[in-house]
Amino acid sequence: MKFQGTVIKYGDNVDTDVIIPARYLNTFDKKELASHCMEDLDATFTSRVKAGDIMVAGENFGCGSSREHAPIAIAESGISLIIAKSFARIFYRNAINIGLAILECPAAAEAIAEGDAVSADLDNGIITNLTTGATYQTAPFPAFIQSIISNGGLIESIKSGAIG
Amino acid sequence: MGMTMTQKILAAHAGKDRVEAGDLILVNLDLVLGNDVTAPVAIAEFEKLGQTEVFDKQKVTMVMDHFTPNKDIKAAAQCKLCRDFCADKDIEHFYDVGEMGIEHALLPEKGLVIAGDAVIGADSHTCTYGALGAFATGVGATDMACGMATGKAWFKVPSAIKFELVGELQGYASGKDVILYIISQIGVDGALYKSMEFTGDGARSLSVSDRLCIANMAIEAGAKNGIFEVDEKTLDFIAAHSDRKPVVYAADPDAVYDETHIIDLAAIVPWVAFPHLPENGRPVDEAGDVPIQQVVIGSCTNGRLEDMIVAAEILKGRKVAKGVRAIIFPATQKIWLEAMELGLLKIFVESGCAVSTPTCGPCLGGHMGILTKGERAVATTNRNFVGRMGHPESEVYLASPAVAAASAITGKISHPRDVV
Repeated sequence: MKFQGTVIKYGDNVDTDVIIPARYLNTFDKKELASHCMEDLDATFTSRVKAGDIMVAGENFGCGSSREHAPIAIAESGISLIIAKSFARIFYRNAINIGLAILECPAAAEAIAEGDAVSADLDNGIITNLTTGATYQTAPFPAFIQSIISNGGLIESIKSGAIG
Repeated sequence: MGMTMTQKILAAHAGKDRVEAGDLILVNLDLVLGNDVTAPVAIAEFEKLGQTEVFDKQKVTMVMDHFTPNKDIKAAAQCKLCRDFCADKDIEHFYDVGEMGIEHALLPEKGLVIAGDAVIGADSHTCTYGALGAFATGVGATDMACGMATGKAWFKVPSAIKFELVGELQGYASGKDVILYIISQIGVDGALYKSMEFTGDGARSLSVSDRLCIANMAIEAGAKNGIFEVDEKTLDFIAAHSDRKPVVYAADPDAVYDETHIIDLAAIVPWVAFPHLPENGRPVDEAGDVPIQQVVIGSCTNGRLEDMIVAAEILKGRKVAKGVRAIIFPATQKIWLEAMELGLLKIFVESGCAVSTPTCGPCLGGHMGILTKGERAVATTNRNFVGRMGHPESEVYLASPAVAAASAITGKISHPRDVV
């Protein structure tokens, strides 16, 4: 899978409470969740995000609550891929399980700047900063996780008999 | 190379003699948990699987605790979705208003989790049950859905950090101070993807309540799970709450740990985590002059009877400061009843506290104690992220029930010794 988009960048420890505040968790309507995405951290996010944009962040992205509403809100807002130095483990699982692409790459997450144009190829793990020309190599997902992604998420993996 | 406690439980539940850190395994589950915020999403995913029954009606549980008693029409609809699903699937362990409690206080009390179990919950504080010698971890709604359908979940076997606790707690120090201190040392991602394994004479000296509090906040260090060695106190607690026979897994003597930390419990002092991360901790004596407008005593972290007793001892015969709203949330119906029978609720009300029915409400900024711009709360909860208890420009300071009660009396962050 290949991605290309403009970068929206955040710092370390972006928690699920700022990705989607709990006051909006009385619904799981994707569009309603997306309309409040990132609002306590960046009130401009929903007005400037474009379909295909790439989110870049620091350490421990998605820490805190297990709410799957967080990756759902980000995916529905149009973000195609998140590149971070590291992900909190429940967010990491949830993103894979719902089919939101993520890549862990400290060097890329450090160097890429807000507004850069970036491309990424999940198959070979190569991230390219089209603005600066720099490239970064990440470790590929384990085969088991690749199979979940290629099956379209955990639900489809179970339906197809790949897991369970 | 030996295995840790966590690795042994995972190996046994994956039908393997041994596992190593990094192995990807499929684990058979003893319990799958959800609440009124996460279960609706899981139910929608479950329906996509086209399966008519859950894998085991006794091994799925839902607790209506987050936005209950229903805070608005949408929350009522989410609870109804869970209620109808559990009725349709004949799920026995469905806990609604009147019989519920905050899930991680309720499940140990109901005997639904015991030593040796493998548990997933669509709530990040599911790691609480590690206090009882279980492997328990938070997952998302899709994992919950698949767990309900298949009774299985995939895991990467974690490596571990060992916390060898020595000595005994002194004075007003509690389990909450221990875990806030540890998180201040290793950071909010200090145990990312790993197990936190608590051992030693100091661990054995802790009450089960303190252990539940410590394991509860393992997630705040990024951990996959927190787990305590099983001892007589654990087994007595389990025997008092469950008819099931616990299975005790001890770490091998040659188990491998990424790091070992020795924590002297006698050196732990009352601690407070400043906004906006649980790692921003410091001794209460170094808090400075921080006026507050709200105190919350409760939550899955500190809403047990022991916490109510500590708060009542400090509040008895004293008054909550003018300008402070102190709200107390016994975590379950049973704890509420016991607090009433012990006269604790009378003490709280006479001191000027409001006493609520069990709910997660204010901890996650849901309802029942929301902060406006510029307000500060001392809370016995587990997170102090931006906007966690309300307005993005409000502040939450995390502390023990003793510190929270003392702070309610003075109107600023206070050490209990300064008020009693």
